[in-house]
This record gives sequence, C-alpha cells and structure tokens, in this order.
Amino acid sequence: MSPIWLKARRVALRLLEALPTVFGILVVCFLLTRALPGDPAAYFAGPMADEASIEEVRRNLGLDQPLPVQFLTYLKDLAQGDLGMAVSTGQPVVSELANRLPASLELTLGALLLSFVIAVPLGVLAATRPNTWVDHICRFLVTAGVSLPTFFTGLALMYVFYYLLDWAPPPMGRLDMMYLPPESVTGFLTIDAIIAGEWEVLRAALAQLALPLITLALFTLAPIARMTRAAMLQTLGSDFVRTARAAGLSSRRVLVTYAFRNALLPVVTTLGMVFSFVLGANVLVEKVFAWPGIGSFAVEALVVSDYAAVQGFVLSMALLFVALNLLIDVIYTMIDPRVGGEG
Amino acid sequence: MTSASTAPSPKLKGPPRTSYWQHLKHVVSENPVTGLAFGLFGLFIGMALFGPYLVPYDPLNTGVGPALQPPSAAHWFGTDQLGRDVFSRVVVATRLDLLISVSAVAISFVLGSIMGSFAGYFGGWTDRITGRLVDTIMAFPLFVLAMGIVAAAGNTVENIVYATAIINLPFYARMARAEVSIRRNAGFVQAARLSGNSELRVLFGHIFPNTLPPMMVQISLNMGWAILNAAGLSFIGLGVQPPAPEWGIMVAEGANFIISGEWWLVIFPGMALMLAVFTFNLIGDGLRDLVDPQRRT
Repeated sequence: MSPIWLKARRVALRLLEALPTVFGILVVCFLLTRALPGDPAAYFAGPMADEASIEEVRRNLGLDQPLPVQFLTYLKDLAQGDLGMAVSTGQPVVSELANRLPASLELTLGALLLSFVIAVPLGVLAATRPNTWVDHICRFLVTAGVSLPTFFTGLALMYVFYYLLDWAPPPMGRLDMMYLPPESVTGFLTIDAIIAGEWEVLRAALAQLALPLITLALFTLAPIARMTRAAMLQTLGSDFVRTARAAGLSSRRVLVTYAFRNALLPVVTTLGMVFSFVLGANVLVEKVFAWPGIGSFAVEALVVSDYAAVQGFVLSMALLFVALNLLIDVIYTMIDPRVGGEG
Repeated sequence: MTSASTAPSPKLKGPPRTSYWQHLKHVVSENPVTGLAFGLFGLFIGMALFGPYLVPYDPLNTGVGPALQPPSAAHWFGTDQLGRDVFSRVVVATRLDLLISVSAVAISFVLGSIMGSFAGYFGGWTDRITGRLVDTIMAFPLFVLAMGIVAAAGNTVENIVYATAIINLPFYARMARAEVSIRRNAGFVQAARLSGNSELRVLFGHIFPNTLPPMMVQISLNMGWAILNAAGLSFIGLGVQPPAPEWGIMVAEGANFIISGEWWLVIFPGMALMLAVFTFNLIGDGLRDLVDPQRRT
C-alpha cells in the first residue's frame, strides 16, 4: 500500500474513534440538563405557575417520559440544532453561540499560535544549552507560568498597559467604537480587515486583541515549553542522534532533521491537555476583558441562572475540544515519520 | 498487618532510613528553592489555622478605615470600596481557599485511587468501566465541565468542591491504575498471595502503599491546580458568595477598580493565590526529585 493511502486509513480510523467520545459528551450534557436544582418543569413553567400548568409543561417538555426516551428526544432536538432559548437575550441559544464563536476562536487560536511560536524555540534553546541563562529563564517561566491565575495576569497587564502606560485601548470588546467592523467573511476581525484591506481597522482590532492574547498565551506557554524541553533533551541523548553526529552530519541537520522532528511528536500529543486548559482559561480571560465570546456569554448566563444557555455552552465547548484533538491527531499522523515510511 | 505469625516484616529500620534522610538533605541543598517552598507551605498552613485570630481587623467589618485607601502603616494592603481591611481579608481567606482545594483533592484521591486500583488489579469490566468514565470526563475542557456541574447542581461551596473533585478524578484513577498494574505480578505480591491474603488485602495492604510516593507528587502538583480552579470558579461568580473573604472573589470585586487605578484590591489577593499555587507546584517538583530522580526536568 502506498504511504498516502496508509495515512488516509489511519485518519479515517481516528475519526471513527471519536464517536464514542462524542456519545459520552452527549450523555453527560443530557444528564446535566436533567440535574437542574429542583424540578425542571417547575423552573420552566416560571415562578407564578400552579400545579396544573407545571404538569402541562412537564408533558410538553416530555419530562414525564422515562429517561432513555427523554435522551432520544434530546438527541432529536440537537440534530435539528435546537438547544433551547436563552432567557437573558430571548434568542435561540444556537444562534447566540454561533454569533459569538468567532470572537472566542480568534482569541484562543491566536493565543495558541503565539505561545507555540515562543515556547517551541524556547524549549529547543533550553534543551540545547542546559544550565545556561536560557535554560534558567525557561525553567522559571515554566514553573511561574503554570502558577499564574489567568484572570489575575489579565488584570495586572491591564493595570500596567492601560492605566499606567496608556498603551492599550480600554478593555471593552473586540473593536473600538470609533471603527466600523469590516465585512464579515471568516468572523475573525483581523483576517476580515486584511481581506477588506482596511489597515486602520486591523490595527485597532489588533490593539484590542493584544492584552487578552498575551494573557492567554502566557498561560499556555508553560506546558508547551516544558514538554519541548523535555522531549528535546530526550531525543538529543538518544542513540540515533549520536550516530548522526558521529557520521559527521552538520549540527544544524542533526538538530532540525533528526532531533527536532522526533521531539515534536510528544509535544503534539500533550497539546490535548493544553487545549483543555486554554478553553477553560478562555472563559476567565473573556470575562476580564469583556470579550464578546461564548465564554462571557456563559458567565452572564450563569449569573441569571439561564441553564439552557450554560448547557449549550458546555456542549459546544466539549465538541470544540474534540474537534481540536482530532485535528491534532490528524496532523500527528501526517508528521509522524514512522507512519507510511518503509514499514 | 496484625498477624505476627507471617514472615518477618521486611521493613529495615536502620540503614535505608538514614540514607533516605541523607537523600532528602541532598535534594534540599541541591535545590534551595524546595526548602523555601516548604517554608512557604508552613506559612500558608499557619495562616489557615490561626489567621482569623491574628489579623488586626474583622475581615467582614465595613468601615474600619476610609474606603479605597492605598496601603499604609495602619492598613498594610489598603482598604476596599466598603472600607474593609484588605490585609485581614487576604489572610482570613487562606482557610476557605485551602479547605475547598484540600477537600476536593482528598475526595478525588480516595475515589480515584480506589477506582484505578481495581481497574489495574482486576482488569476486565472494572477496567473498562473506569476507562470509559475517565475518558468521558477528559473529553471535556475540565474547567468548563466544572462550570457546567456547578451550574446544574446548584451554586454552593459544596458543589464547587464536588466539581473540582470530579475534574481531578481522572489523574488519580489513571495514575493508580498504571502503578498498580505494573506491580500486579511482582514477587512480593505473589508471596503475599501465597501466604493466604485475600485479593483485596493484597491490593490495599501490599500493592497500594507502594503507589503512594508517586501519588504524593501528584497530590502536591494537583493541589495548586485545584486552588486555581476553585478560585477561577468563584471569580466568575460561582460558589463562594460575597462578603465571604476568598481570593478569587476578592480579585473579581477588585477588577471593577483596576481601570481607575486602585491596584491593591486585585494585586494582593492575586499574589496570595499565585504564591499558594507556586508553593504547591515547587513542593511537587521537589518531591518528584526525591521520589523519582529520573523524571526530573
């Protein structure tokens, strides 16, 4: 079989493996909707309802059915994209989430990219120069980074760069009121501004994005740098690197082709944990910077006990997490030199 | 072990113990930061135990000084918008923060290690059920799952504890499973089985104690994370309700004042939180050096 075919088969198998995970997520989300404090029917009927109308709501919502039947109804509603109505805004939860998702994605993916770009070279440098100042900085950043509460770093950065230095714009949303958002193509303001060629808007959007992005990136930097450093140290000490050195290959070639490519694999596998962290931290950062994403939507919904909105949020975050992990696994299969090689 | 008739217990009291202490001394002198971390740990425990009796002001008492005063000799960390003493509140908050995270970690340690030990020792359906459960929990972004659980189960401090315990469960279950399954057929285990111990006794009397050292490292690293999680949940308004002093909620209350320059409301509770997490992470790293020098990074 050709290598490409082998890889495609691996990817397809991996996609199938995600199905039980998605099923587990759906079961948990369903149980969360049924575990509302008190009687859900009484909750949805409102505080003024009497016995008869609570019974009617119970029948309308299908809450008098056995749990498995209720679960099927839940799945049917989900398949039609029905997550209920958000009490706080009066809109369907699905459309609220869909409107706010690009803002969250722009922040999360941007932060991941930024931390990856900084952490991987930092980890590699630290591993190639053990016990030098680069290594010490790396170790310090790694331990300090995982200890930082994101909401605290965000506020501290805001104090320094907005209040003291006045470099950052007021931490209110994605774009200053003075600018009109560019025509929406991807929903990412920065990319849309580039497509529309509105450089002034791009600059304004980047200025708003900078602090939340740095806050989130500082948090994810630590695990990535730690993993890169450890993985690089391990591959640099391995036999094949020693052989490559002994064979007289240039140190650049040994480092990049031999060590780095192999060290990247464990780094990519730990990204799953990093995603879990970043999606959680995202909620806190959005709250701190009044970022209009799905995280701050969920926090607002929590305050007014809008359960449908919170559950829709939990479900969509979990599905997003599964999707990100799948993406990483596909990339892993692509870059793994052992898959589809000579074997 | 109560039965004295079995083979003499292999616990050698003499040489191993002194070498253990020498090893500890070596690790601490090699990395003085670990010693510092243990000092900080003692400080936090002291604050949690005796904090309420030592602070200069009642943490709930409004108007002990003028509102929103910057740090001064009378109010070391300044005063908040209601004229409460921030220093007293930060110190008193230690107890609640540590209580939440210690109880959460204790619950997930006990449940997780029982589940993981069964899965690792017996395999079969116990393994499959535990594995499925752990995978399902890990399929969620953990903080988001905790939010969902607290939102569904009710906004109370106990539910914060349960939610934090649930999201930490997978780490203990996985670790216990791995540590137990590598020892399942070790020589000393077979000897214990042959001398007539029941399976449960072999598992919890002979194998499980051997998994404790790596578990301690896990607990310490996990404590920091549990503190962060609990504080994050109260930062978004779940669990602890004002006016109770708690670091997360103090940062949340102070957040409204940071853009007008009242930094002390956020910085001091935030620093306390950070220092607590940092302490547990450092202790975890130090313990790992002690327990498993190979995994040192």
